[in-house]
Amino acid sequence: MNNAMRMERVRRFIGTLNQSRELGMTVTSAKEGQLTLCLPYSDRIIGNPDTGVIHGGAITTLMDTTSGSVIMCTLDDFELSPTLDLRVDYMRPAEPHKPVYARAETYRVTRNIIFTRCEAFQEPGDTIANCVGTFMRIGKEAMPKSFRDLIDGGKE
Amino acid sequence: MTNPEILRYTQETGDFSRMLESIPYARFIGLECNRFGDDLIFRLPEKEENLGNPVLPAIHGGVIGGFMELSAVIYLMMSQETLRMPRIVDFSLDYLRAGLNRETFAECQLTRQGNRVANVMITAWQKSRSQPIATARAHFLLED
Repeated sequence: MNNAMRMERVRRFIGTLNQSRELGMTVTSAKEGQLTLCLPYSDRIIGNPDTGVIHGGAITTLMDTTSGSVIMCTLDDFELSPTLDLRVDYMRPAEPHKPVYARAETYRVTRNIIFTRCEAFQEPGDTIANCVGTFMRIGKEAMPKSFRDLIDGGKE
Repeated sequence: MTNPEILRYTQETGDFSRMLESIPYARFIGLECNRFGDDLIFRLPEKEENLGNPVLPAIHGGVIGGFMELSAVIYLMMSQETLRMPRIVDFSLDYLRAGLNRETFAECQLTRQGNRVANVMITAWQKSRSQPIATARAHFLLED
């Protein structure tokens, strides 16, 4: 699997997630074991109307999506892995009117569990939040074949 | 939000509509709040836009997190009488069950309140309170 295939796979996958579509998330880059997604700024997700700062929940959703999807850049076969837990540390509020990026990596893959790390940041490079997550492997058979084929772009 | 008049109105009447109307993210996910005596119960109605996993279908884990996080913020504002929004420092979330495409509830508990930092526990459930779909713990900074 090359990086273009990883990127397409993630693009198709997040396209099936209503909330990620609603937030307008896009794939910035994908390589083996690493993925970056982008969350555009929107007035609709402001948490503090006085400052225009977006709510942490939107950043949590960005980091959950990125951490869950990076698994597709690590494993050859598509497996949907439910989140067991997330721990998010907020370093600073996101600056309004600028996109937020999240870069995630899988740093340990076992038979049952996948461990991820994720950083949310803005250009030119300040960290907004850090997140570690664990995901449960439920096996590729847990998803209907039609859905797996959709994500893999109908190969097989 | 820091509008003292809205905060006072909400505290006096228990009507959260004006406060929630003023927070775009609350409208975005559809968060509601009801007061029963001193207790606050937060509600996230069934909403297609909040779904993640399309196969189950299940609510996006991030939305469950955002719902619980914002619930904790509102809970703190109501108990503190502060006019500033508490700022979240960290958030630790355990997913216990899939959040199916139906209404979800949350309640908060102030575990420890210091001078500058508050520790809040949040529990979210759907059909039965005794079967939570997620539990979370968060720290908030109450001043600059």
